[in-house]
Amino acid sequence: MDPVLELRNVTKEFPGVRALDSVNIHVGRNEVVGLIGENGAGKSTLVKILAGIHRIDEGELIFEGEPTSFRSPRDAFDHGLAMVFQEQSIIQTLTVAENIFLGREREFLRFGVIDKRAMNSAARIELAKVHLDCDPAQKCSQLDFAARQMVEIAKALSLDGRLDGDVVILLDEPTSVLERREIDLLFSIISELRAKASIIFISHRLDEVLEVSDRVYVLRDGAVVHETESADASVTGLHEHMVGRQLDHQYYRENKQRNSFGEPVLSVRDLSIDGEFRNLSFELAEGEILGLAGVVGSGREAFARCLGGLLPPSGGEVLIGGKPVRLNRPHQAVNAGFGFVPSERKSEGIVTGLSVAENMTLAAGERFSQLGFIRFDKERAECQSWIDRLQIRTPSSKTPMQSLSGGNQQKVVLSKWQIFGSKVAVLDHPTRGIDVGAKEDVYELIREMADQGVAIVLLGDTLEEVIGLSNRILVLRDGEVSARFDAPVGGKPDQLDLISNMV
Amino acid sequence: MASINLRALAPIGVFFLLCFVIAVFSPNFLSVSNAIRILNASAIPVVLVMGATFVILMGSIDLSVEGIVALCAVVTASLVLNDTTSANLGLWAVPFAVLAGGLIGAVNGATHVYLKVPSFMVTLGIGFVCLGIATAALGGFPVRISDRGFRTLTLGRTLGLPNGIWVATAAVVVALIIQERTRLGRYVYAIGTDEITARQSGVPVERTRVLVFVLAGLFSGLAGAMAAAQLGQGHALIASGRLFTTITAVVVGGTALSGGVGSVLNSVVGVLIVVVLTNGMVLMGVPPFVQQGVQGFLIIVAVSLALDRRQLDFVK
Repeated sequence: MDPVLELRNVTKEFPGVRALDSVNIHVGRNEVVGLIGENGAGKSTLVKILAGIHRIDEGELIFEGEPTSFRSPRDAFDHGLAMVFQEQSIIQTLTVAENIFLGREREFLRFGVIDKRAMNSAARIELAKVHLDCDPAQKCSQLDFAARQMVEIAKALSLDGRLDGDVVILLDEPTSVLERREIDLLFSIISELRAKASIIFISHRLDEVLEVSDRVYVLRDGAVVHETESADASVTGLHEHMVGRQLDHQYYRENKQRNSFGEPVLSVRDLSIDGEFRNLSFELAEGEILGLAGVVGSGREAFARCLGGLLPPSGGEVLIGGKPVRLNRPHQAVNAGFGFVPSERKSEGIVTGLSVAENMTLAAGERFSQLGFIRFDKERAECQSWIDRLQIRTPSSKTPMQSLSGGNQQKVVLSKWQIFGSKVAVLDHPTRGIDVGAKEDVYELIREMADQGVAIVLLGDTLEEVIGLSNRILVLRDGEVSARFDAPVGGKPDQLDLISNMV
Repeated sequence: MASINLRALAPIGVFFLLCFVIAVFSPNFLSVSNAIRILNASAIPVVLVMGATFVILMGSIDLSVEGIVALCAVVTASLVLNDTTSANLGLWAVPFAVLAGGLIGAVNGATHVYLKVPSFMVTLGIGFVCLGIATAALGGFPVRISDRGFRTLTLGRTLGLPNGIWVATAAVVVALIIQERTRLGRYVYAIGTDEITARQSGVPVERTRVLVFVLAGLFSGLAGAMAAAQLGQGHALIASGRLFTTITAVVVGGTALSGGVGSVLNSVVGVLIVVVLTNGMVLMGVPPFVQQGVQGFLIIVAVSLALDRRQLDFVK
């Protein structure tokens, strides 16, 4: 039987990164296809191509036998490809029913006016498909996150019965914020749904992917490296394909890992944020790298943002060099010695309109100015030396930040805190969305920072990265520390040890 | 900072095109005396846009221009030799007017930042409060200035040009130094482009915002003193129409209302465009009410020309 949706030799390049490299994927009618891969493997690029956000450089997208290119998520939706994203596309100020039928109100028009009663009762039918018991006339802001996720799925399902052709539903990490009970419900919905639609299921939880899919694709570095029937696959087997190599010690520069450290610099005592994490305590010395492992919602992201001064703690204390630090505002954290490298580089890490040099010295303005006047000679010299040392590929320090590749942007962000002289670097997914070569440069830089005595708190993009880089690892589960591991060279904990404490 | 591209040069092109068209219809336009008249009429608007540009670069707006100018003109008029009070400070009244403007700017900035009221609302309100004070303090009557020495601030001539032009030039130099050479200037661009990143990098966002409103207030205060010197009096309605000219000039000059893009030099060109247009219409005998309509039309055309629509996902 012909596939409903097919990608043929799809290639997509971004400046400096080949995000997808001749990818071939097909989805059969009423089939559930799993798609897995590490962060940066190309999953999100693939999703964005399907959603019509990115264009294909080479290759073809074939939908119902016709070469197609979607112009926007809406266009894809109208063709029968509905997507449920991690980041929700629900408009909170509208009602549940209004969200489900947003842009498709025509169906409910009576003399040019929306018949709310008809819309609400139609919404009720869609809500019943996801077993969500809520009032369609209710505002979405009154629902909790999981319920909104269900509304989003209901919106995707509303295509079914309103469209002549096939329906493909793409679920991008739909389970990451759901409770077990809700996940089970979602899976039973998927199995009901497969009678009517095809499904693409993207998740980083391999067990879930195997549980729900018929067939699985493994993406790595922009290419499909493995395709298997779920019945023939195992979690460990998939994981090996996903990671793609036996752990290479050189990759994480383990030869440069320190085994003795300087003075203790950071103490975290019983730190809590209501609803995020509780009673987190540890000490960190100069030059030591502490890895934090945990699933989404374990509290580790909130903890990192707390050290960046972005989420004020509700209890406990943080000391740098023995002195208590206030963390109510970012500039307090910065001045106390924290350098926060956010996971959202584009929106939080860099100022795109400014030049490389201006980004580098954004935090250390005081050092490069006298009575408020900028010392351009000093600034240029310092920035150039960092550009040379970190091999940042940029025509000059005056180049606008947006013309650099992701990896080079990240080096600028890291150098910003080096120039400022932060004592503790908080790295929230420092290698997210940058290609393999640049990742190695970032690892090199992290080792170098540790050598210079910077204490580092690391939230890795992958478990492997956390294990490879860290001296010690804290595992978080549901906001509490569930395990602590030492990770000296030659004595690194196993991924499975960590995973068993994560879930 | 500003990378040179065609779009950035567009306002200069518009300026020359405008001059050319007016010169064709009205040969008087190209005389030296008319050029000086245009520069002189630009003096106060130029001083005003210096402050407004920083505020707009930051992504905020200052609508209190008319209120501050009027109140500071009244303050100035009351401090020099006049028919209402017994003060006689002469040119020393100018620093007081500038300071008064700065204080009102501080109120603008502090209310906006610490009470988190949008700058649109704060400055609109404070502007009316200032107008109210200026009216109430004088019972609706003007203060007439009898100090001839003071009026040289704008009316006197140095090297053949009216002093107002020199004062405006000095204001541009100061603003340009702040924009290009100081941390404050850089922070304004950083905040206007990406406040989240700036904040996370430890940029004192709140302090910068307040300072920029103070700066805008200082320039408005200076403009108030200049207006008093120019008209020889201070009263509540002395600044009518200044707000529209100021915002129009900044935007026509190519500074984006969304923040982060633009320059005080752009705004100088913006002022020249607006003033030349008005001057040209006067020379060509266009009725005053039609002139206003043309100005309103101009601001919309200018914004639609200056926007890079490919980069805009949505417009509010």
